[in-house]
Amino acid sequence: MTSKILFAGFGGQGILFSGKFLAYEGLLEERQVSWLPSYGPEMRGGTASCSVILSDTAIGSPIVTTPDILIAMNLPSYDKYESTVEKGGKIFVDSSLVQRSAMRDDVDTYYIPATRLASENGMPTLANMIILGKVIKETAVIPFENVERTLKKVISAKRADMLEVNMKALKLGYDYEG
Amino acid sequence: MSEKVLMKGNEAIAEAAILCGCRHYYGYPITPQTEVAAYMAKRMPKVGGVFLQAESEIAAVNMVIGTSAAGCRVMTSSSSPGISLKSEGLSYMAGCDLPALIVNVQRGGPGLGGIQPSQSDYFQATRGGGHGDYHMIVLAPASIQEMVDMTVKGFALADKYRMPCMLLADGTMGQMMEPVSLDITAPETVEKPWAVTGTGCKRPHNVVNSLSLNSEELEVWNFERFKRYETLAENETMYEEYCMDDAEICVVAFGIAARVSKNAIDAARAQGVKVGMVRPITLYPFPKAPLLKAAEHCKSFISVELSMGQMIEDVELAIRCKRPVTLCNRVGGLIPTPEQVLASILKANEM
Amino acid sequence: MVVFEKPKALTDNQLHYCPGCTHGIIHRLVAEAMDELGIEGKTVGIASVGCSVFTYNYFNCDMVQAAHGRAPAVATGVKRANPENIVFTYQGDGDLAAIGTAETVHAAARGENITVIFVNNAIYGMTGGQMAPTSLPGQVTQTSPYGRDIKTVGHPIRVSEMLSTLEGPAYIERVAVNSVKCVKDAKKAIKKAFQCQLDGKGFSLVEVLSTCPTNWGMTPDKAMNWLEENMKPYYPLGVFKDKTGGDNQ
Repeated sequence: MTSKILFAGFGGQGILFSGKFLAYEGLLEERQVSWLPSYGPEMRGGTASCSVILSDTAIGSPIVTTPDILIAMNLPSYDKYESTVEKGGKIFVDSSLVQRSAMRDDVDTYYIPATRLASENGMPTLANMIILGKVIKETAVIPFENVERTLKKVISAKRADMLEVNMKALKLGYDYEG
Repeated sequence: MSEKVLMKGNEAIAEAAILCGCRHYYGYPITPQTEVAAYMAKRMPKVGGVFLQAESEIAAVNMVIGTSAAGCRVMTSSSSPGISLKSEGLSYMAGCDLPALIVNVQRGGPGLGGIQPSQSDYFQATRGGGHGDYHMIVLAPASIQEMVDMTVKGFALADKYRMPCMLLADGTMGQMMEPVSLDITAPETVEKPWAVTGTGCKRPHNVVNSLSLNSEELEVWNFERFKRYETLAENETMYEEYCMDDAEICVVAFGIAARVSKNAIDAARAQGVKVGMVRPITLYPFPKAPLLKAAEHCKSFISVELSMGQMIEDVELAIRCKRPVTLCNRVGGLIPTPEQVLASILKANEM
Repeated sequence: MVVFEKPKALTDNQLHYCPGCTHGIIHRLVAEAMDELGIEGKTVGIASVGCSVFTYNYFNCDMVQAAHGRAPAVATGVKRANPENIVFTYQGDGDLAAIGTAETVHAAARGENITVIFVNNAIYGMTGGQMAPTSLPGQVTQTSPYGRDIKTVGHPIRVSEMLSTLEGPAYIERVAVNSVKCVKDAKKAIKKAFQCQLDGKGFSLVEVLSTCPTNWGMTPDKAMNWLEENMKPYYPLGVFKDKTGGDNQ
């Protein structure tokens, strides 16, 4: 099985980190993995995106042009990438920042007010992990029972305090029904 | 095999170089390769090595020349505009028969161009880049594991043949992460009796030099160097063949373009199109033989490049223009999609 | 009885320099310094581009021939590879103060523990007498046929003064070779510069005012006087920086 995931949003929303989290999970499961960020000035406030592929066979192109899973953390990203998602794919939208609803009915679209949930729960920088929790719930791209192990790998020992709150964010998204 | 780690291509090169015993790195920041310098700045002091941020690309490559002349394994890295500045040094290095690893994480050009991936330095790399009759060994990795493996290979070949070796990557290869094994064997240290380490008053002085005002002598030096290029081509040419056994169409692509092409070939095969790929791993020496062989059973060739068509000339030369070669490309920092390559394949199949 | 010997640090090769050129004197001073300090066997010299390009044929130590202006960068690479080596560059004014300005300034700024022998004869010699960054105002050269016009090409660069504003250098002195006394002083300065490196003090540079009778269009004798009367007023001799802790004399 191959999952092609595209994370997109503003620079600073943790787009690259979410992608890295999934890539590490793939690594720990000994799957084929690629993680490709957009780079350059985009990192400083513009649109940031990150392609992640998890596969059981060798990965050709690491560039996700037709994602199975799109995480759109802002309106420009949603506008730009909604049409690229594979038929039958899944789109996750941060509905705190995106005011419109889906143009397509051949994909499943989930609306998570991730930014609002993040600030309400005292974790304003973790909207990315909240939305990722929902992704894991709805796509089974990775098993939820693995996330703590993977977080430990991605978060350096020096930032161990971040572990619990990231875990909490993932759980919040995972349990979100809306 | 040791545990795999997730690493960016740029960092993987740097770590591999350290594992190869490279203890001297001179560089200058430029996107999208700056992580190499940043990684070296962090790691070199921990292993007793030297990281020095030079005042310019030109100074950096000349520091490489100094350290190489002193007999040490040494490297530098840059991206396209920086490589242009380093080209003077590359010519001197070739003229002085000095080994070193030069990494080019290409970006779009010409001029300042952009910062997104490109393969438009193909001509510059495979023809040498600087002035005079010379080549460099040019290695083109297509995965992060190959970024590591080619770093090892690059140091080994540079020492063995006494010439600069370029690792020609691009922005995607530098920036992407893939699982990689760093379980590598450092190339053996080569005796360098020519190195300038001080005579110790025990031997005649060594001179590392590219100058001769005696034309006959300079000609001999050039002939000798090109003999070495021939040996290099005989022994070290590397390529990968993918689905070539029954191929009627041959895609030629390296680096990221080969990765994209693989998807397209799989898609075309699913539609029953007999297409395969020859992926050059050494761009110099160029794998002419497998392409010429492919021309016996392939009706056409497609060169997939992130350039306006540079490698395509080598493909045409390699197959002696026996078959048509078409170009499938994107430039300016863009990358062909698998769909675009597939369309080229299907078009070639209709011909 | 032998009263005058060639320094061991010079090879037996015949110098190619023009009659009356002071490169020969300066080569000898560098070689004498190497002999006296007993460092020939661990010295690596960097030849530059210009008349002194062939120094690799004349010094008996290991040598690297650098590209135009790049000698301090090459020297940096050699020194960083083997810090126990004594590394010096031998550069002219075009090489050091025009095309190689960046390499010179930054090697000095880093306090790179190398020694630079800077031969300033106010002209490009090898290419046949063009204007150098150190050519004097009004000086006639092939590329300033009406005399150096400071309004269009600016004033000559005083390298020693400029570099002495930096924190990096440990020792900078300007000397000349147009009289016996000057030659003796030049020798002391060159030896001191090498000693500075041996002691690990950092960047040292000796600027040697020199003549180019051929391209100046003068007899060697007149050239010596021209140096005295024209160069020294603009380029005063002296120590511009000394952090070696020893005496300068």
